[in-house]
Parts: sequence; structure tokens; C-alpha cells
Amino acid sequence: MTMLKAAGLSIRFGGVAAVDGVSLAVPEGELCALIGPNGAGKTTLFALLSGFLAPQSGAVEFDGRTVTGMKPHAICALGLARTFQIVQPFAAQSVRENIAVGAHLRLRSRRDALAFADEVARRVGLAGELDKPASALTIAGRKRLELARALATRPKLLLLDEVLAGLNPQEIDAVVPVVRAIRDSGVTVLMIEHVMRAVMSLADRVLVLAGGRLIAEGPPAAIAADPRVVEAYLGQGTAARLARSGGAP
Amino acid sequence: MGSRAPATGLGRDLAVVAAIATAILLLPLGTQSGAALHAVILTLLATVLGQGWNILGGFGGQFSFGNALFFGVGAYAAAVLQMRLGINAWIALPLAAAAGAAVGALVGALAFRYGLKGSYFALVTLAFAEVFRILANMLPFTGGGVGLMLPLDTRAAAMQFASRVGYLYLIGAFAVAGFLLHVWLRHSRFGAWLVAIRDNEAAAAALGVDAFRVKLAAIVLCGALTATSGLFYVQYLHYIDPNIAFGPAFSVEALLGPIVGGMGTVFGPLVGAIVLHALSESTRNLVADVPGVSLALYGAVLIVMVRYMPGGIMGLLRRR
Ligand SMILES: Nc1ncnc2c1ncn2[C@@H]1O[C@H](COP(=O)(O)OP(=O)(O)O)[C@@H](O)[C@H]1O
Ligand SMILES: [Mg+2]
Repeated sequence: MTMLKAAGLSIRFGGVAAVDGVSLAVPEGELCALIGPNGAGKTTLFALLSGFLAPQSGAVEFDGRTVTGMKPHAICALGLARTFQIVQPFAAQSVRENIAVGAHLRLRSRRDALAFADEVARRVGLAGELDKPASALTIAGRKRLELARALATRPKLLLLDEVLAGLNPQEIDAVVPVVRAIRDSGVTVLMIEHVMRAVMSLADRVLVLAGGRLIAEGPPAAIAADPRVVEAYLGQGTAARLARSGGAP
Repeated sequence: MGSRAPATGLGRDLAVVAAIATAILLLPLGTQSGAALHAVILTLLATVLGQGWNILGGFGGQFSFGNALFFGVGAYAAAVLQMRLGINAWIALPLAAAAGAAVGALVGALAFRYGLKGSYFALVTLAFAEVFRILANMLPFTGGGVGLMLPLDTRAAAMQFASRVGYLYLIGAFAVAGFLLHVWLRHSRFGAWLVAIRDNEAAAAALGVDAFRVKLAAIVLCGALTATSGLFYVQYLHYIDPNIAFGPAFSVEALLGPIVGGMGTVFGPLVGAIVLHALSESTRNLVADVPGVSLALYGAVLIVMVRYMPGGIMGLLRRR
């Protein structure tokens, strides 16, 4: 069954076609990566999928239902949760309170939401920071918090926007299994990621966006070797990074 | 759910409310001085006014500069219902609260539907208060610029009391209702959503929070509670006119108390009201009755608070 389907999504900002006729489908249970150079339109595509931007043309279908034009909160209530590339914590609130906001989507009781926040924090490795204000977290902690809050809404589909960006290799190695465990628990995942090592080890399938258009898709190894992809990244040194990561044959 | 439920402080908050309620109940045992009771009554009136503002501004981050709108609607609803329609004051109470809620819903539906925030929202509330001030001056049943004088009828059945103690208990009951509303906000899903919207509306929306509906509900609660303070004013002082009801004085008092005491805290409006009343009492003796001096003083207090104590007095107390 298809969890997420986009058909001909487009949006322009002034003269720039940020997302230009993108069609994609993510089957239920898949962990799909979305890669592409900076400015390719990845974050904008997420905003279109999650209702933060309305497409100028095209449609989005989530879990068998057309959600084009729906408000973000309503789409989230249907089971599609996103994280922000630029983390958006409730800075003055504790980590537990931050996560509880997500938990409240399914839990009315304050006590239940706070208890569920503890449980989710354990899953993402934030159990030791529950009482800290979100503003006291390191960047790695804030990325985990983004993940935890989205997870607390009990989504069917998670859109992760560069949750590994800005982390050091040890931190990346710590978060990759967290993402894998989320997928293994039955959540479909679409993740924007620049860290190719993580893409190679996590993704079932990779979509490549460049200049607002999908230019390639396929299994990680094939994508790493695809000349169009290497072309899209030229000048950014990514071809070399791909080769180093062992994804290229 | 989990075996170890995290402590939430609900019991402690309720205990403090119970202590405040007890103190109000027992106060007449300590003093029968009319002046002292009057000062406490005005402080509690300012507390309720501040509580109304704090729901929307402190918890919700939507700063109203025109909360006199709801105060005035409550005051005029009380006066008009009793004087023009012969309705009993105790029945006018829920009706005045409902009128405040309805006006809140109107302002909220207009402002929040179009995503007005920050100073734009503040200006809209200010403009509404001004429109209502002009309407109160013009409409036939409001008594125009002369205002309305509520006839004396000192029976508890008419919500009028021969002794100040009756008024103390009446405004005390409103304040306790306001405290309980605040405790509920602090420990409920609705309150968590409201604070999330204040702290980051986009993040809240991404977590399934319907910001429009939550803000609308907050301004409805703000309107209802603030309207009860307007009704109390009429019952206590027997007089209302357009400038008192909808002018800037109560709008400023509504926001200043919570800002001084601690925005978005349960007891900030009370702490702020006490401090401000103590301050204006002590300066009144110093500078006699120079016109505008209290507004200038309030302005100075506001600047100092925003610059040096953004968390208010409660924020200082909480600092570890
Ligand atoms: N709100 C906006 N207004 C104008 N231009 C925007 C806006 N958001 C994104 N863009 C532009 O759209 C393009 C795609 O941006 P983005 O989706 O953030 O790319 P990516 O996430 O792939 O790095 C860029 O050229 C960016 O400058
Ligand atoms: Mg991006």
C-alpha cells in the first residue's frame, strides 16, 4: 500500500521554481532517503507535503486520502509528522514538556502525555535530559528533540529534514540506529540527508532532487554510481564523498 | 500509564490557591478598617483583570493592549441588564461573562483568522476598545457620555452589600475562580497547547496543534473572566461611563500586573497587583495629585520590567 503519493507538485518563489513538477510515491514501511545539493528544493518539498506551503499545482495523497490544501495540524493529526531542518524547540520549556506537546495529540491527560514523553525520550536517547530546558541542549540534543516530539505524535509517516546535519561522527553513529528502530517499529520514513554514510546504511531507496526536479531514484548503491547524480553534485565534492563512503562499485 | 508519573506540582498549586482563599475569608477577622478592605478589594479587582489578560497574553503570547474592551463590555452588560431590562445581578453575572466571551470570539475570529500577531494584534484590540468607547457614547441604552448610575439596593440578592466584607468575598470568589482557571491551564492539554503556540507556533502546528482554535478559545476565556471584573466594578462603585469602561486605564492595568508579577505564571497577576498597588499608594503620598503621574509611573515600571526582569517577580523567585 502507498503511504505517500505526490503528483506534479510545483511551487515558485518569484522567478525561482523551487519545486518543479515532482511526483513520487513512498510505500508503507519503507525508509526512503531524499538527497540533492543545497537549494535543490528538498525542504520546500517537505513543506508542500506537510501542508506548511500550498502547492501552486499538483496534489498530495497521504494514507489514501487527498491532503492538498489541508492545514499542517490537520495533516499531522492524520499521522504525518515532520521535523525542521532549523530546529524549532519550545526553548523555555523542559525537554519533557516539549515532547509532551507532541504526545498530547493522542493523549488528553497531562499525566499520560508526560509519562509518554519519558518513554519516547528513552527511545531517542534523551532520557537523561528530560528536566533540562530545551535551550540547554547541544545541537545533537536538539536534533534528537525534534525527532522525539514528532515521534510522540505516533505518526504513520515521519518526514525527517537533516536530523544528522551538524552532528559529529560519534553522534551520527548514535542516531542512525534510533532511526532504524523507528522504521522497524512500523513507521514509514522519508528523510532528507546529506550524510551519505547514513543514507547508504539506512535507506531502502533514494530519491534525488536537483533544481526542483526529481532527477533519479533507485537503491543507494545504484544512485551513488549514477552519473546524473554525480553531475548534480559536481563542485560540491559529493562524488568523492560517495566513493569514499563505499557506496560506489 | 507509566508506573512512575512525573511530579507536576498540581497539588502544590491547589494548596496555594486554598491558602489564598482562606486568607481572603479570614481577612475580616484581622481588620474591619474600611480603607484597608477597600485597598484589598481594588487589589483583587486588579488581580482578576490581570488574570484575564494573562490567559491570552501570558500563556498564549498574544498581547492585548485593549483589554478594557472586555472590562467595559462586562460593566455595561451588568448595568444595562439590571437597569434597562430589570434582570437580577446574579443572573446578569453569567450573561456579562457570556457577553465578554462573545466579544472575545468576535475579535479573535477576525484577528487570528488573518494571522495577526504581535503589534498588529495589539493594535486591533486597542481599536476595538476605542470603537466600543465611541459606541457607548452614542447608543441610546448606555446613557451616552453621562454614563449609567446603578441604583442603590443593598441586598445580597441584588449583589450589593452594606459592608465591604460582602464585596471582598465577591471579588475574592472571582479571583479564586481565576486562579483555578490558571491552575487548569498549567496542568492541562489545552494549557500546554497554548504555551506551545506562544513559544513557537510553527512547531506547535507541526505537532498537530490547531493554533487558530486554541487562540480563539483563549481569547474567549480572557473575555469572559475580564468581563466579570467589569461587572464587579459596577456593583461596587455603582457607576460606569465610556471613558472608564473602555479607556486606556484598565487596558494598562490589565497587562501591567501580569508583566510585573510574571507572565504565564499562575500567581503572577496577584503578585503584580499587590506590588503595583503598594507602589501607587506610596507614590500618591509623595507626588500628591499631579495628573498623569500614575500613567507615567506605570510606563517607567513597564520599561524597567521588560528591560531587566522579563520573567517578572515570579521569574526572579524561580531562578535556581
Ligand atoms: N520562503 C521562501 N521564499 C523565497 N525563496 C525560497 C523560500 N524557501 C525556499 N526558497 C528558495 O527555494 C529554493 C529551495 O530551497 P530549499 O527547499 O530550502 O532547498 P534545500 O532544502 O534542498 O536546500 C532555494 O533557491 C531557496 O532559496
Ligand atoms: Mg533544506
